[in-house]
Amino acid sequence: MKVIEARGLRKAFRTTIALDGVDLHVEEGHILGLIGPNGAGKTTALNAILGLIPYQGELRVLGRDPSTERDQLMRDVCFIADVAVLPRWIRVSQALDYVAGVHPRFDRAKAEGFLARTDIKRTSKVRELSKGMVTQFHLALVMAIDAKLLVLDEPTLGLDILYRKQFYDSLLNDYFDRSRSIVVTTHQVEDVQHVLTDLMFINRGRIVLDCSMEEFESRYLEVKVHPEHVAEARALKPMHERQVLGRSILLFDLKLDRVDRQKLAPLGDVRTPGIADLFVAVMGKQAGQAQGVAQ
Amino acid sequence: MNTQSNAVPESFDSQGTAPAAISATRPMYWSIRRELWENRSVYIAPLAAAAVFLIGFVINMVIMRRSIASSPLGPAQQHDLLATRYEISASLIMGTAFIVGIFYSLDALYGERRDRSILFWKSLPVSDLTTVLSKLTIPFVILPLLSFAITLATQFIMLVMSSVVLAGSGVNIAALWTEASFFRVSLVLLYHLLTVHGLYYAPIYGWLLMVSAWAPRAPFIWAFLPPFVICGVEKIAFNTSYFLALLEERLTGPGGSMAGHDHATDFAGTLIPHHFFSTPGLWIGLALAAVFLFVAVRLRRYRGPI
Repeated sequence: MKVIEARGLRKAFRTTIALDGVDLHVEEGHILGLIGPNGAGKTTALNAILGLIPYQGELRVLGRDPSTERDQLMRDVCFIADVAVLPRWIRVSQALDYVAGVHPRFDRAKAEGFLARTDIKRTSKVRELSKGMVTQFHLALVMAIDAKLLVLDEPTLGLDILYRKQFYDSLLNDYFDRSRSIVVTTHQVEDVQHVLTDLMFINRGRIVLDCSMEEFESRYLEVKVHPEHVAEARALKPMHERQVLGRSILLFDLKLDRVDRQKLAPLGDVRTPGIADLFVAVMGKQAGQAQGVAQ
Repeated sequence: MNTQSNAVPESFDSQGTAPAAISATRPMYWSIRRELWENRSVYIAPLAAAAVFLIGFVINMVIMRRSIASSPLGPAQQHDLLATRYEISASLIMGTAFIVGIFYSLDALYGERRDRSILFWKSLPVSDLTTVLSKLTIPFVILPLLSFAITLATQFIMLVMSSVVLAGSGVNIAALWTEASFFRVSLVLLYHLLTVHGLYYAPIYGWLLMVSAWAPRAPFIWAFLPPFVICGVEKIAFNTSYFLALLEERLTGPGGSMAGHDHATDFAGTLIPHHFFSTPGLWIGLALAAVFLFVAVRLRRYRGPI
């Protein structure tokens, strides 16, 4: 079953078009990373999926229409919309009581188990916790809910690297399995590179890249070119070039540029690029195209 | 850590096969508890009002005890001792609860948007209708019942205090307990609270909740400026003040039941159920409250943090 199925999703605010015909599919057991610059429409897309805003287009989440069946949908969908949305006045024990009271799929013992691994005290108020602890707490609540879809919108923004690593580690080790799906947006793409199963780039309300991580790894190659081969490498039309410590690093799309691994290997050190580098390359190309149109 | 991750798949299975059904009242019950956790002023303010009143009352009793020695109580003072103070205590606690209710309602659906916690509440399977109704319950049911209980306790303490302080001063202590007609007045008070503070004020709370759900900022101004402007425009355009009279009538209760009666038993007369429930104003008000609440629920549906 498709967990999320969106076709031609559109959303316009008064002056801007936030989503301009987005097609999006998430299968069961997948972790999709939705990556894009600020204002690209990531949060708008997630809000539409969660039934938080009205939209145009076709959208089914777990077979339901989020705009009319939101209340039922929230039994099977969980989300962390942002860091620090937990009410600051609530006590840890009260939040556990409340979620246990209203959520039919919340396993309190499990949440307590997650909390036992942290320094969070049951009697603390959320306002007394550090930002990292609030996120840990929110994640403990969410992971104890037996949901089919988990949506994370910038869940680790502003956290230090230890908390971020721990966040994704617990998500993978203690929560994720083949019957669940996760959609995550983040700017800290290097954190999620080895977490995702699928990758999507979004820019100005449009999907500009949509591939599985397997495809990503086989399709894109980064070559740290030996200085003597730079001209030769450039002739193969890389999609992007950048300089690091005097060395040229060229990014190739093996599908489009009609080059292959064998041809590139002699030119320098070949490796899989980081999502961030591909992101810069793709967005750079987009900007270039936009300028080209303007001219 | 290992034992936990091993236990995880089993618990998933057991939960997956039987997603425990939660009865419709449970989210309501927990939402109301949630409101009381967040807004402790709901019970602290009326309790504080009662405490302050009792301090004043004790001082007054001690002074009275001294003066009785020189001059015995006249009929006016006797009446004051038996009725007026009890009415004042009730009014003070009711008034405090009403003010708390107004400020509570104004913040109820605005505060969660301002502190962004609405994104957390909306991630749980609690409908907008349940949320708005749970917030209405505070001024509509909880505050009247709470002020009744606090008033009852306060008046009981007052009777005990009077008995203790005035013992042996020549005042008939037994009359205090019989003449003050403690329990009969209490029932009238409960009736007044539930009908006027609950039902008759419903459109006020409905309006405040609606503004609270809508206001982009400063809900207080959005709530109180429009009625003020309407009164002003009406005065200038038609030189009438029907709207103002309407608001006054709403605040004082049907037929001005709160004003002009110095006996609690008298004012019960204007509140007989048959009379109260045949007031068109009551039903118009309730219909208006329903409209305001419906709009508040619809507004919360697509309202995000501000």
